[in-house]
Amino acid sequence: MLKNNESLLVTYSEAIRQTMIEEAKNDKSIIFFAQGLTDPTGVFGTLKDIEKFVEKDRLIEIPVSENGSVGIAIGSAISGMKPIVTFHRVEFALLAMEQIINNAAKTSFISGGKENVPIVIRLIIGRGWGQGPNHSQSLEVFFAHIPGLKVIAPAFPKDAKGMMLSAIRDKNPVIILEHRWCHYLQDKVKSNNYLTPLDGPKIIKKGKDFTIVCVSYMALEALIASSFLDKINISLEIIDLRVLRPLKVAKILKSVNKTKLLMTVDLGWKSFGICSEILATIFCTQKISLKHPPIRLGMAEKPTPSSRGLVEGHYPNSIDIIREVGKVLQVDKLKLDKIIKEAKLTLSPIDVPNNIFKGPF
Amino acid sequence: MTNDADLKELKNIYYTMYRIRLVEEEISTRYVKEQMRCPVHLSIGQESAAVGVSHYLKEGDKVYSNHRCHAHYLAKGGDLKSMICEIYGKENGCLGGRGGSMHLSDLSANFMTSIPIIGSSIPLAVGNALSEKIKKKNNVSVCFFGDSAIEEGVLHECMNFASLKKLKVLFVCENNQFSIFTHLNQRQPKNRSIEKIALAHNIAYKTVDCFDVKKVIDATSKSLKYIQNNSSPYFLVLNTYRWKEHCGPSNDDHLNYRDKVETERWIKKKCSIKALDSFLKKHDNNWLETKEKYDNIIREEIEQAFMDAINSKLPSKKDSWKFIYA
Repeated sequence: MLKNNESLLVTYSEAIRQTMIEEAKNDKSIIFFAQGLTDPTGVFGTLKDIEKFVEKDRLIEIPVSENGSVGIAIGSAISGMKPIVTFHRVEFALLAMEQIINNAAKTSFISGGKENVPIVIRLIIGRGWGQGPNHSQSLEVFFAHIPGLKVIAPAFPKDAKGMMLSAIRDKNPVIILEHRWCHYLQDKVKSNNYLTPLDGPKIIKKGKDFTIVCVSYMALEALIASSFLDKINISLEIIDLRVLRPLKVAKILKSVNKTKLLMTVDLGWKSFGICSEILATIFCTQKISLKHPPIRLGMAEKPTPSSRGLVEGHYPNSIDIIREVGKVLQVDKLKLDKIIKEAKLTLSPIDVPNNIFKGPF
Repeated sequence: MTNDADLKELKNIYYTMYRIRLVEEEISTRYVKEQMRCPVHLSIGQESAAVGVSHYLKEGDKVYSNHRCHAHYLAKGGDLKSMICEIYGKENGCLGGRGGSMHLSDLSANFMTSIPIIGSSIPLAVGNALSEKIKKKNNVSVCFFGDSAIEEGVLHECMNFASLKKLKVLFVCENNQFSIFTHLNQRQPKNRSIEKIALAHNIAYKTVDCFDVKKVIDATSKSLKYIQNNSSPYFLVLNTYRWKEHCGPSNDDHLNYRDKVETERWIKKKCSIKALDSFLKKHDNNWLETKEKYDNIIREEIEQAFMDAINSKLPSKKDSWKFIYA
């Protein structure tokens, strides 16, 4: 690890790895649960070489027993440990929903605050390379529905590093949804650990023409879209939601009242999704007059197919954002087609992360 | 064979079992007044399992339970008044009215929690054992569950884990044969032994008939020694019987879902409290006097607890917004 607090170009996965290892070196109550914790890949590199920094008895290699293992982690958290549990895909957590919902989310409440569950559950959302129906679901709403849980989805390395530290130090159960494609993003990140509060959305690009609210990886698609729309003098205000529960909408409201136009870009399915909740919340909070009905983008309402032939059009991307913004703002068709054509040239094949836009940001 | 020290111990055990019985009977009697407005799963008939297991537990040993938790709570030393207040939904209940009868907890007695989803508290007990191991402490984690938890995957996950990591867990299955109205034979293969499930996980085991609380105590004492000597979990199967309906204050035998001969046998011939009563009558000349004294003390304590609960305040609705987050 580095001695000086330098800003170095690191990936998202390296940034969170540094946070977890540094914090675990200082706080001996932190214990790690994962399958393949010390295997050569170290959970996509996010825990690589952890055995060099953390004692063996704090590295809990878990049998393939998701509900039992999460429950055991919760039990250890109630008894003074700070477990960090990682699943390679969010779908594995479906087997642990019973413990997450009945015990992690309820213990503080039922015990009248005498007990609490300082657990971090890292769930990785897959995408691309033919992941197929059961390795590429988002499912963040399942967790965000539950009072007692905190649910975060940092999109970029700087946030991921600071929010991971806040999650570890939080006294409550925190679910972190890490999009697999965010793991590859790079940025200049301070080498020392720092806290980024879990305090809600962040405006990642200021703008005046259109408010775009994004969840996780979709923030990257919005940034890409914005870089092309800039060329025709359309400035997007991009909000990275970052914290799904507790949901805070003040910044979104302020932005929408300024731009009078709103698009939400969900990571998962639109129906009953995070963006449904955002729209419902802001419209129930205030009388908002928009120049156009809100636009909702999200994953197509079907399981994710494996073949790159079938997956075409399944996920919203930067082109969809450009097109929808152009339509609402009635941009001249030739002008719009021109930037869409330019944007398309930057796209990577549909089943791999976009290498041109991996940062720094 | 029975010396004075043993007798004294057995009298304490009788006191604890009889106290639980009277508490449960009082709940049963008063329940119709509809002031206890939460589901109750009474432990009548199963007192010796709770008391037998708790008898030799050390203060630092933690207990985890399920929906039928009243006996476990009281046997581990949970506060009676807090329990009754909780069942009445009052602000001074052990959980301030947030949990009710199925979630009892008294942290001062290390009676950690009760969770009414089958098997749900088992991993919490194992997690505590893991934490104790990392902290290099010797305390044992005890989890009570019913025969239906055998059907839950989480039990097997936890047994596998506890055996693999050599954790000090006492798994206690109270086999009362029924899950609501459904007999064990309709839920589990007839010739598959429950205790041998532990064997499949390389966990030591023992099955005991709860008729004789002395045998439960003896088996628990041996299992606790085994756990400490081997730094390994242990599985205790306690055969017992639920006298009342699954949930609620009444008998439900008129519904004819249980074998009448079997029910009769357990209630009339295999009551562990009566069995210990007869034993003490035989070995202690002053037993009848002592018993009467116990009866008076307990009834007075129970009356006081119920009066306190009835006269206590309901929590205010604003309290329901507290503690959602730590």
